[in-house]
Amino acid sequence: MNHLLVLPILLPLFTGAFLLLFNEKASSHKRVCSTAATLLLLPLSAWLIAVAGQGQFLTYALGDWPAPFGIVLVLDRLSALMVMITAVLASAAMIYAIRGDDARGRNFHALFQFQIAGLNGAFLTGDLFNLYVFFEILLIASYALLLHGSGRERTSAGLHYVLLNLLGSSLFLIAVGTLYGLLGTLNMADLARRITQVNPVDAPLIAAAGGLLLLVFALKAALLPLYFWLPRAYAGATAPVAALFAVMTKMGVYSILRVYTLLFGPEAGELAQLAPPLLWPLALATLALGSVGALAAKQLQELVAYLVLVSVGLLLAGLSLGRTESIAACLYYLIHTTWITGGLFLLSDLLARQRGDTGSALVAGPPLNAPLLLSGLFFFGAVSIAGLPPLSGFLGKVLILRSATLPEARWLWPVLLLSSLGLIIALSRAGSTVFWRTQAVEPTHRKVDGWRVFAVAFLMSGSVILVVIAKPLTRYLDQAAEQMMSPGAYIEAVLQETPP
Amino acid sequence: MELLFAITLGVLTTSGLYLMLRGRTFPVVLGITLITYAVNLFLFAMGRLITGAPTIIGPDRDYTDPLPQALVLTAIVISFAMTAFVLVLSIKALSELGNDHVDGADR
Repeated sequence: MNHLLVLPILLPLFTGAFLLLFNEKASSHKRVCSTAATLLLLPLSAWLIAVAGQGQFLTYALGDWPAPFGIVLVLDRLSALMVMITAVLASAAMIYAIRGDDARGRNFHALFQFQIAGLNGAFLTGDLFNLYVFFEILLIASYALLLHGSGRERTSAGLHYVLLNLLGSSLFLIAVGTLYGLLGTLNMADLARRITQVNPVDAPLIAAAGGLLLLVFALKAALLPLYFWLPRAYAGATAPVAALFAVMTKMGVYSILRVYTLLFGPEAGELAQLAPPLLWPLALATLALGSVGALAAKQLQELVAYLVLVSVGLLLAGLSLGRTESIAACLYYLIHTTWITGGLFLLSDLLARQRGDTGSALVAGPPLNAPLLLSGLFFFGAVSIAGLPPLSGFLGKVLILRSATLPEARWLWPVLLLSSLGLIIALSRAGSTVFWRTQAVEPTHRKVDGWRVFAVAFLMSGSVILVVIAKPLTRYLDQAAEQMMSPGAYIEAVLQETPP
Repeated sequence: MELLFAITLGVLTTSGLYLMLRGRTFPVVLGITLITYAVNLFLFAMGRLITGAPTIIGPDRDYTDPLPQALVLTAIVISFAMTAFVLVLSIKALSELGNDHVDGADR
């Protein structure tokens, strides 16, 4: 048993608890400690990717209780990938935050670390109830982070976010309870095995529990009827927090992918294919409405929040195609969109700082101090997220379009292409307003902070790297998708391993 | 006993849902609380309702499933913390926004 597997959870958890011991304000010691812990996740996640890339499943039985009885952590290609995405995003958000945003409220660093612990735990766990617990950890950290910096707008957006998620958690528990009552286990691999042999009388109840889980995950992912909390919450959050939240919706997407390939996957008999018929129309509608929202956005940060929605719609539409190639394509797009929307959240804050009272509102403001640098970054991010060649957004969208076969492709192609057109219009309108339609007044003479620019550029450069390493990366993702589509190996690895 | 239990759960959940759909934060928080009560009882019932049996497998053949009780304990702690948080948040919203409407403004 390799204890390194539990480190992505324990490291931020202990760092967060340690940071709570000191006074509430952000001091330089706390910054160093928190940043070091966040950056340490990078080599750790690289190691996880290297291990998972060899195709083996790494399991870690907590407290040495064997699999269906105790809680297990399971590392496969997908969870390693998600931990890596989080580590990169969190590092950039942390670098941005220590330039001053962390001092706008109390205990920022501890909360940030707890949020990362919750995310990593949710990605690595192999137990459904444990998934709920990690969801709660990351949610309660996110409630407090969302309110970081205070302000009327944040409080009122935060209230909606908290209440909705509390209801979501209750539904999650009902679903978990139903599954336990009928199947007598909470280990996801064990659940998957028992669902294949389920008594037909119980099948409708299990389907109901599966539907409830889908509802909860769709709320986290912000799918159509459940997304109205997102734009206000994300537009209101402090920039590094909003950037870290870019991975929160992907958390919902990950859970949908995990549960509906493993529990209700191709081998689940009459319970297979529970999610796709529901997801498909809603995901397409989210994709379309997200771009409409982007066109109507009055603020830069709100625009980026709608970009998150568009990406969720596209990801879930791609996943509900249910083919190995489409899952691999979606994973590629998932990496791209998480990093770039995170970068754009940071960039829009960087711009708002330059524009004085105008802030991030999309109206004519004072000229910027470093127009070439900032507009260059914005142009790069816009090209990438809208899906124009040669950056990763283009490649991701092409991969998803190519993986669609005929009956579905007839819907996916027009909706995706039209929403991309909407995004190009929205982004070019926003860009020309911010950079060209300036009032004839003196620039605000605020210096552009070098480290903040570095954090933005760090995330944006991911777009180039994803294209450069596209070949080995897509090979890894293809294998990850194959792992997802044949859950047999996962189940065997979790249940039959005898701890040494 | 099962019937009584089920009716209790139903009443708690419907009252909770009704209160959650109200416009003021206090009834909404009460609604959330009722729903979490219902959920905790539901989780508890998923180990089946057995009276007078130990929660460990001993020489007796009768035993109660201990796992749902452990789950309920976790769920109680979490829902308690969340309720406390949402109460504080509502008070903060009341003082910052000047009213107790969930949207932050009376329509």
